[in-house]
Amino acid sequence: MKVAEEVTKNNPWNGFVDGNWQKEIDVRDFILKNFNLYEGNEEFLAGPTDATKALWDRVMDLTKEERERGGVYDLDTKIVSTITSHDAGYLDKGKEKVVGVQTDVPFKRSLQPYGGIRMAQVSAESYGYKLDEEVEKIFTDYRKTHNQGVFDAYTPEIRAARRAGVVTGLPDAYGRGRIIGDYRRVALYGTDKLVEAKKAELDLIGGNGVMSEDIIRDREEHMEQIRALQELKQLGDIYGFDISKPATTAQEAFQWLYLGYLAAIKEQNGAAMSLGRVSTFLDIYVERDLENGVLTEEEVQELVDHFVMKLRLVKFARTPEYNELFSGDPTWVTESLAGIAEDGRPLVTKNSYRFLHTLDNLGPAPEPNLTVLWSEQLPDNYKKYCAAMSIKTSSIQYENDDLMRTHYGDDYGIACCVSAMRIGKQMQFFGARVNLAKALLYAINGGVDEKSKAQVAPNYAPITSEYLEYDEVKKKYDVMLDWLAGVYVNALNIIHFMHDKYSYERIEMALHDREVLRTMACGIAGLSVVADSLSAIKHAKVRTIRDEDGIAVDYEIEGDYPKYGNNDDRVDEIASDLVKAFMNKIKKHKTYRQSVHTQSILTITSNVVYGKKTGNTPDGRKAGEPFAPGANPLHGRDTNGSLASLNSVAKMPYDYSLDGISNTFSIVPKALGKDIDTQKANLAAMLDGYAKKKGHHLNVNVFDRETLLDAMEHPEEYPQLTIRVSGYAVNFIKLTREQQIDVINRTFHDSL
Amino acid sequence: MKGRIHSIETLGTVDGPGLRYIIFTQGCLLRCQFCHNPDTWKMTGGKEMTVQEIVEDVKSYIPFFESSNGGVTVSGGEPLIQAEFLLELFTELKKLGVHTCIDTSGGCFSRSPRFIKTLDELMEVTDLILFDLKQIDNDKHKELTGVSNEHILDMARYLDEKQVPIWVRHVLVPGGSDDDQLLQRLSDFITTLSNVDRIDVLPYHKLGVYKWENLGLSYPLEGIEPPSEERVKNAEAILTRKKSIALT
Repeated sequence: MKVAEEVTKNNPWNGFVDGNWQKEIDVRDFILKNFNLYEGNEEFLAGPTDATKALWDRVMDLTKEERERGGVYDLDTKIVSTITSHDAGYLDKGKEKVVGVQTDVPFKRSLQPYGGIRMAQVSAESYGYKLDEEVEKIFTDYRKTHNQGVFDAYTPEIRAARRAGVVTGLPDAYGRGRIIGDYRRVALYGTDKLVEAKKAELDLIGGNGVMSEDIIRDREEHMEQIRALQELKQLGDIYGFDISKPATTAQEAFQWLYLGYLAAIKEQNGAAMSLGRVSTFLDIYVERDLENGVLTEEEVQELVDHFVMKLRLVKFARTPEYNELFSGDPTWVTESLAGIAEDGRPLVTKNSYRFLHTLDNLGPAPEPNLTVLWSEQLPDNYKKYCAAMSIKTSSIQYENDDLMRTHYGDDYGIACCVSAMRIGKQMQFFGARVNLAKALLYAINGGVDEKSKAQVAPNYAPITSEYLEYDEVKKKYDVMLDWLAGVYVNALNIIHFMHDKYSYERIEMALHDREVLRTMACGIAGLSVVADSLSAIKHAKVRTIRDEDGIAVDYEIEGDYPKYGNNDDRVDEIASDLVKAFMNKIKKHKTYRQSVHTQSILTITSNVVYGKKTGNTPDGRKAGEPFAPGANPLHGRDTNGSLASLNSVAKMPYDYSLDGISNTFSIVPKALGKDIDTQKANLAAMLDGYAKKKGHHLNVNVFDRETLLDAMEHPEEYPQLTIRVSGYAVNFIKLTREQQIDVINRTFHDSL
Repeated sequence: MKGRIHSIETLGTVDGPGLRYIIFTQGCLLRCQFCHNPDTWKMTGGKEMTVQEIVEDVKSYIPFFESSNGGVTVSGGEPLIQAEFLLELFTELKKLGVHTCIDTSGGCFSRSPRFIKTLDELMEVTDLILFDLKQIDNDKHKELTGVSNEHILDMARYLDEKQVPIWVRHVLVPGGSDDDQLLQRLSDFITTLSNVDRIDVLPYHKLGVYKWENLGLSYPLEGIEPPSEERVKNAEAILTRKKSIALT
């Protein structure tokens, strides 16, 4: 052992710059005091080692086998997953630099019944497995689950709205996710210090002697957190590491941090299990080891590759209904890269490169959900590198750091797709979304569902005229949205009350501060359909076509009208007004746990399902046709080119949609420029321009339509083809056929 | 003043530097056999737009121009048919600091005092000309485009006199312009000009063929395939030669 190494063993913080982080849990302070800004180019990067190649081959073999077994490699039907439930599992122990899998075998999906035993049953059965009878009995007869709690409290009105699909995708049958534990704390402090800090805080809860309901809940939750941290230490023991103490090397830092994350995914199968913002933090450890000469660049990249490989293996057992909403087995292991510190320094380190470089070393992949926090102030070299990797892999999304930093500071991360939150200080109650397009049809038809003919919303007076009149429609829509906002927040309050009660995220919350800001993250779908519908009613003539019951079931448009996506204020303002109006309506309702109301414009892949559940709309969209994803214009309607489309979306007010505004952008390589250097420069410039226009999020896909068509025909030849859809990336061949077609039909900006 | 506009493409990346807002004007005098925008030929049709309308729209793209050193390119059709409209448009755009560019074949160039007066003024507010030199041989030019190239070459000289920077663009058509002798003659002509910033060989492509079909026109280059990469490189090499080299 070298001297430097020995010194570090005894003093894990040796070589780091002192700061408040030593006195209290303050990871941000540690990063700002110690990170090494890197403004050079990508030439330093190292390729994959033999071990990396061998491990990745093993992963690809398992992936193939998983596909051949119908989408699930193996599934635990007996052992309820907890932090310590399984023995250690490995891909190839001798070769792995970072270890740990969710069960005792890689690719074997864990059993997580706390969200709902029915879901566990259905997901097992849909893949030909049968749940262990005893487990089934315990979680049916003795131990209530989140799902059951929610349905006990749901009102008939909520159930009807849910069934009709006007409120939809709710996390009432699956884990809510979207909570980011500050996994860095495990590496920086070790579990002992974290337990100690939590214990000290416990005394503060209810310290004034008043034992109210919320104080009792806090105290109970706090004890759960402490217990979870102790179990996390045991998880370390299972893999042969003493993580009660801080990490002393880069390898330990990666390992400690990963074990923290692993504990979270062993206990929770939330829709989005995001990682946070770890690369620049970890780079500090890497730099120390490089300086001490105990690591080479090749070894560093190997660590990053192996860590990222683990993040690519995260899997949960899901039901077919879930897969229809969130297609392609996504887990949203979102890692936020780069961004700018409040003092103006870019938070770009060599690790910001190394993480993206995994897309070369291991090939493209949807996970981890690599998210670059973009700013005009990022170093030019890094911008160009990101652009190059986007062009090559279509695996990166970009979010406007200049916009978010003013709200969330410089140590936030993205949960799921577009939800920013201060790490370890903030969490959200994930609220899926409401179908605004269907609500418009309800306004026209007096609350009667256009498909089922059921009275779902209150029977307000319907519109009876032949031609739709703008002011009348607007007025009725406004009232209908008032109703919708109320039902929606009620449903969310129930869900999150029950989730806290029956499926509390112990370890994730243990890696948070005691005082946490909670948001109630509402969402909307169908924005462009409604904007175009209202625009058609306003600027053209829309005639209703009614069925025998007098229900408007189709619409005929006479004349042309401005369409969202063409940088035309006449319709873009309708869209942005709608965003503001719905946010204001949400705000009128009291939320569970005093959470702060927010909203997102994000659909994930559910735009296809929402479209299926929604009848003909006054914009001319036919029943069953998909909505546009997120805040995108409807495909084919943005006819003035990509920048016009970006400009329209950038007008959606972030201040009224603080949970994110998703935009998915696809372009053929040639349309970005003649040669690769021009393409890189133009893509980076486009991202700069979009950021200056205050656009929030951009998924960037660069490929030819032919590639996708060929991949539909010959999936076996495209095991790693990755594309970005609303807020995340998927393995193209894992999408349902319908979704594949939707992706291909969606505007490809390809004019020359 | 109003212009007759065929369409607008807000993300252009090949017609001038950086990200470009491309205005395709309606109307052209040439009838090039390889034209990929035959829908812009007619002098009528399109949409009438005011300078103010376009300027207002362009304003919202300035951040993209700034980050890419891009700007506005007027293409067509033949933009110079509407030279007075362009003059007013570019005068307004220069007030906003926007880089201006015209993509022209020079097809409507003449030394008539009236045209030259407008053109002189227009060149004051034009940063770059993308200048199509389609065919150096006059007979072949007539065959390809329906008109002579004399005034086109004259316009190139005019731009040289005015010292307006140009990018020479040459569409390479197998069986047409893809001939070493012709390319060398073109190269010789280019070397007489001192205002050439760049020479682009544009490989003939068939992306516009469907438009001919939509317009009920028969496509004259039926059966001709795009040139090979090798031929494109060859043309680039010849056109960028500094000196005339005798060909065998």
